[in-house]
Amino acid sequence: MAKSHIKMKLNGKDVEALVEPRTLLIHFLREEVGLTGPHIGCETTHCGACTVDLDGKSVKSCTVFAVQADGAEVLTIEGMANADGSLHVLQEAFREHHGLQCGFCTPGMITRAHRLLQEIKDPSESEIRYGIAGNLCRCTGYQNIVKAIQAAAAKLNGREFKEAAE
Amino acid sequence: MIPGAFDYHRPKSLGEAIGMLNDLGDDARAIAGGHSLIPMMKMRLASPSHLVDLKGIGDLAYIRAEGGEMVIGAMTTQHDAIASAELAAKVPLLREAALQIADPQIRYVGTLGGNVANGDPGNDMPAVMMCLDASYEIAGKGGSRRVAAREFYQGAYFTALEPGELVSAIRIPTPTAGHRAAYEKLKRKIGDYAIAAAAVVVTLAGGKIDTASIALTNVGETPLLAGDAAALLIGQAPDKALFKKVGDAAAAISEPASDARGPVIYRRKMAGVMTERALARALAQTA
Repeated sequence: MAKSHIKMKLNGKDVEALVEPRTLLIHFLREEVGLTGPHIGCETTHCGACTVDLDGKSVKSCTVFAVQADGAEVLTIEGMANADGSLHVLQEAFREHHGLQCGFCTPGMITRAHRLLQEIKDPSESEIRYGIAGNLCRCTGYQNIVKAIQAAAAKLNGREFKEAAE
Repeated sequence: MIPGAFDYHRPKSLGEAIGMLNDLGDDARAIAGGHSLIPMMKMRLASPSHLVDLKGIGDLAYIRAEGGEMVIGAMTTQHDAIASAELAAKVPLLREAALQIADPQIRYVGTLGGNVANGDPGNDMPAVMMCLDASYEIAGKGGSRRVAAREFYQGAYFTALEPGELVSAIRIPTPTAGHRAAYEKLKRKIGDYAIAAAAVVVTLAGGKIDTASIALTNVGETPLLAGDAAALLIGQAPDKALFKKVGDAAAAISEPASDARGPVIYRRKMAGVMTERALARALAQTA
């Protein structure tokens, strides 16, 4: 089977490669490019650990062929930090609010939350929960994940984050 | 999990895609969003030698009003359908159902065309399209033809599509302004396929039900049009006892399988309950 020549803008940098058409985007990112931020969790399109941003959409990179991303702009967790190396607001919020326990789902959660906040600037709690429904946390740490996203949204909207009474 | 090897093709036009599918024959599969096909390929339940990716065909993703119909290009994603204000206003049932499909990542990629053409009894849009009496535009070597959604589904993964054909668009007769509709889907968890689901579209005249249509998801080899159940509604005033009777009649035509989503007796019962709830909710809406 002929290999395909692909080009993409990956975390702002041009990347070119020859790939077998059957190469999944997650395998391309992890094994060819060496970006191991996006994780392989379930491999069955359920868990969302492999979530990356593809042309402004969150996708599960275990269910996209690398050739389908030819010509696309791809953002992974490695591309989230600010240019000066400081953490992105969402990364900072996940740290501050314990939005991670084992950390396995975190890259997917943060890239997904990033896209969600592009689409809904100041989401309600239920919009956040619905918006991250494609990302599973096996530690079941959803409370703090939601809290971290709320805190990041507040910061991005120039508001002080007030925790709801528990 | 790594799929079997294949050659990848990205045609620029529908004609080119049809030509490829016809030239490459049985070993070629068209891929739209790929979120049914790629999982099958990873599990080696499908091993096409050629994939014809429809993504490069720009003019297959659109939503527009044409005469008395809403026309949706086959490559329109669930996400785009949900975002369409015109669809939300004219065919709210479609948006309601799309919001209950899978999860955000999948709705960004999954297409209306793929959902209706795949023939998977678990897909939600086929019953919605049957309920709305939509038809599919099918492009093939000899030109295009139209097939009613109600005639399209023949068995699990068997449809009226012939080899070398593609669904290129969905045509939905725009429901009357003020119609009532609902899609009730029972699922084990968010993103799952339905244990049972029911779509209903109803119109009222003078407080009585004037027209009604009901279709069921995932309680048979194909989506099911519950025509006899819907007929019980005609000329009647909306009423809880009536909804129960109609639900029972809808459940009676269901032929669910026993699987991880429950035994036959439960899923059949739920087909009735979903119908009942959809009717109650649709008819509680203000006109």
